[in-house]
Amino acid sequence: MVEHTLHSISLFYPEIIIVVTLCVIIIADLVVKKKNHTAGWILMGGFGLAGITVLLQAGRNESVFYDMVAVDPFALFFKVLLLLSGIFIVFFSVNSDELKAYKSRIGEYYMLLAGMMLGMLLMVGSTNLLLMYLAFEVTSISSYVLVGFIKKSLRSSESSMKYIIYGAVSSGVMLYGISLLIGITGATDIYGINAALLAGVDQPLILNISILMIIVGLGFKITVVPFHFWAPDVYEGAPMTIAAILAVASKIAAFGMLIRFFSVSFINAEGISAAGVWQIFDALHWDLLLGAMAAMAMIVGNLTALMQDNIKRMLAYSSIAHAGYLLMGVVILTEQGISSILIYLFIYLFMNLGAFYVAMLFSNKVNTESIEAYKGLGHRAPLEGVAMTIFLVSLTGLPPTGGFIAKLYIFGAAISAGWIWLVAIAGITTVISLFYYIRVVRNMYFFEPETGAKRLHFTFGSKIILLLMLIPTLLLGVYFTPLLEFAQSSIKILGLN
Amino acid sequence: MEFQIFGLGILTWIVFIPIVGMIIVLLLPDRNSNAIRWTAAVVTGIQVVLAGTIFAIFDRSKVGINDAESFQFMEQFSWITVEAVPWVGRIEINYFLGLDGLSVLMVMLTSLIAFVGVISSWNIEKMVKGYFALYLLLITGMMGVFVALDFFLFFIFWEVMLLPMYFLIGLWGGPRREYAAIKFFLYTFVGGILMLLTMLALYFSVAYTDPATGQSVHTFNMLHMMNPANYVDGGILSGVDTTWRYVAWMALFINFAIKIPLFPFHTWLPDAHVEAPTPISVILAGVLLKLGTYGLLRINFPMFPDATIYFVYFMAALAMISIIYGAFCAMAQDDFKKLIAYSSISHMGIVVLGLAALNTQGMVGGVLQMFNHGIITAVLFLAVGVLYDRTHKRGLYDFGGIANQMPKYTGIAMIGMFAALGLPGLNGFVSELFSFLGAFEAFRWIAIISVTGIIITAAYILWTIQRVFLGKTPEQLLVLKDLTPREYLAFIPLIILIILLGVYPAPAIELMNTSLSHLVEFVNNGGR
Repeated sequence: MVEHTLHSISLFYPEIIIVVTLCVIIIADLVVKKKNHTAGWILMGGFGLAGITVLLQAGRNESVFYDMVAVDPFALFFKVLLLLSGIFIVFFSVNSDELKAYKSRIGEYYMLLAGMMLGMLLMVGSTNLLLMYLAFEVTSISSYVLVGFIKKSLRSSESSMKYIIYGAVSSGVMLYGISLLIGITGATDIYGINAALLAGVDQPLILNISILMIIVGLGFKITVVPFHFWAPDVYEGAPMTIAAILAVASKIAAFGMLIRFFSVSFINAEGISAAGVWQIFDALHWDLLLGAMAAMAMIVGNLTALMQDNIKRMLAYSSIAHAGYLLMGVVILTEQGISSILIYLFIYLFMNLGAFYVAMLFSNKVNTESIEAYKGLGHRAPLEGVAMTIFLVSLTGLPPTGGFIAKLYIFGAAISAGWIWLVAIAGITTVISLFYYIRVVRNMYFFEPETGAKRLHFTFGSKIILLLMLIPTLLLGVYFTPLLEFAQSSIKILGLN
Repeated sequence: MEFQIFGLGILTWIVFIPIVGMIIVLLLPDRNSNAIRWTAAVVTGIQVVLAGTIFAIFDRSKVGINDAESFQFMEQFSWITVEAVPWVGRIEINYFLGLDGLSVLMVMLTSLIAFVGVISSWNIEKMVKGYFALYLLLITGMMGVFVALDFFLFFIFWEVMLLPMYFLIGLWGGPRREYAAIKFFLYTFVGGILMLLTMLALYFSVAYTDPATGQSVHTFNMLHMMNPANYVDGGILSGVDTTWRYVAWMALFINFAIKIPLFPFHTWLPDAHVEAPTPISVILAGVLLKLGTYGLLRINFPMFPDATIYFVYFMAALAMISIIYGAFCAMAQDDFKKLIAYSSISHMGIVVLGLAALNTQGMVGGVLQMFNHGIITAVLFLAVGVLYDRTHKRGLYDFGGIANQMPKYTGIAMIGMFAALGLPGLNGFVSELFSFLGAFEAFRWIAIISVTGIIITAAYILWTIQRVFLGKTPEQLLVLKDLTPREYLAFIPLIILIILLGVYPAPAIELMNTSLSHLVEFVNNGGR
């Protein structure tokens, strides 16, 4: 027993490092002068170190802490993505003017970020419903506070309030669903649930209800229609950095959890064909349910984004739409679908963070988030303008950017699995999305800057960070073999194959 | 054929040298406009030289189309290869370029028009650097489409054109440029998505057996997609004459019809043409529209011969409507550029009519018409540009008696207009004649009705000549000066080609005859 625990701990270093970092930040916050982003650099170091320990787990495929947490290639992929986005977010935070006004409390900010990261890392690894729920809540509670971090802004507090209420209700519903599921299967870990379902459950109705309730919680996190209402308000009120982490990292974590939970629990693992096509239990058509949600997310997200003037709201609706595209990959029920989700998420990380970053830089300088106020900015900030254009074009899915490859693989997986209607909707909504993404570009370039408006100057460091996101976005559009190989080797979910 | 320059094939050079030019342009300082212009001119000049080389050494007897062995200047490298996973098999995307009789003429056209476009862009003063950088990127996209033999590569090049074109119209265009630019973008993007979905469906329906390893490999290679033997069992597009194949054909057709543009997908064109600056109109009409018909020939016809035969009358009918409707619309315009835009719709209709005939005359006529129309409309748009530069007007009624004031200009413009009208002795006549001959053999009544479009064309062209060039010169136009040497430089190569190909079209026909005859046979035999 001690041996197992010790072995488990040795595979639990990333999470432990984050916890230690969290504690160090708290102490440092008390000791060190609060002028600089000391805490931020500590956190960056923690994320980096955790990242290294994650990479050292490559090739591991085992269950630790008595089936509580899985350390498998699938979790590894997600942890890499999460830590990468965490590092970017710290970079953003150091450059953010919004946060400068709160220097004295910045320690708390980074501490909460560390807490959120801990929750997210656990979300993608946990294989036990109780731990899943705990991880989910750790992530949520940290993010509730972070959203309201700008105390003096009414909007920020309001959005935090909305987020809490919405989040609390959703996770309550999810918890109820979890309890129902545990009740009828008698197991708390997903392998046990799968085994119980394989043996046959005589309560299909309750089973379906419980799945529906769990989807409410997860749907809230990945902001998929009809659980998306919080997103635009929260993104708008939250600091830009937090809006970015909600749109990217927390969505990535929720997808990791969703895929693991559904594929391990509700797939007839014995029925996986050589072609990687899964078989679901007869009574549960959760693929159709998720398919309908994906379609709605694509339609509602894209159509509503057309009408937004605030860049954060626009990106919020765009992230809802992207959740729809991503969900398509789950619906397909093939390993190909999962690998295309992984590819999509990897590219999405760079392009969406990039768009948020440029929006943040612009709002630092011109102090507005209105897309109308972007008029002429392309002329005043050449590099940032071009970068924003590339990020938005990539979000649209035009070659030769990474976004195209992401869409290519998701669409391809859906076509090969025969979900033609879903792909058709995805195609149509992609065209619609062009319109609102390109509107930003239009405003940046098709208008002359007002007379007297000066060129905007950004620090050298901020340009480097920009390039760190821009280069992968472009590079992945023309050469993506390594990403494909990484994604294909990462679909090994513990307990599934 | 081994023909390499510094270890890279000639096609790679001709496609990517504009990118090199673009990087140089971006590195040059903003203020140094002339260096930027010269870079663009030199780069496109090199392309013309390369195209000339290709013309000189191109083997006229090789077939191409679906036979990998007989493509010329071929370059094939593995680009993306991901080793076998049980559930997808090997993934393969190739960097695969090649020329056959179908594409060689288009490469000539693109390089020539690109060069002419640079010359006529010389007096662009606004954001010179951005303009030429985007312009060169656009050229790479167009050239790439014509030489790509891998569907994925084809698609990338196809979509790469969108953004530069959007900016070129939207930033350097006329008063309603924003509207025109987004309209162009949306229309072509819709087409692009349709093509993307069809491309993916094809990809999953086609697999060839790798002779080396015996693996079954999904591929984007167009030549493999043309071979019915490569369709996998149970693939969505496998089989012959299935509904999905018709749907896929239609999706591709709509994409290409938007580019051509055929009625009823044409409405973006007049807006785009009117608002675009002169050189971009030249590129748009001269090359971009041909991408549509080229796509039909390269993709729709050989990959879906069954559906092509099924939809022949549908294509011919749309072509007929385009010819007549475009001509009538052209007659109704009082804006010079809009007139040419509608005449383009009408003339591209003739191309489609010729192709739909599915016989050698029609096909040769159609492809030749693609080339000729590119040259002729380039002349016409340049001619409008000359007047617009001097007067900032484009209305047909704003002019009159130009012939008295600018005799040399009038001479050149009239050659272009008569060529558009189809006067024997000029190039337009030859290709229109062939197209109609082919069409007459295939579907008599459609051809007969379509020919009336020629009469309407004659009417609006002669009327335009009368309104603009003849009559008494209004007083405010008495200050106009005749052509400058730079303008001559843009016009003269085109005019020479108009006359040369009108009198002696054989060199152009020889280039493509072998390939097109094979294509006709290939399609009519259902891809065998």
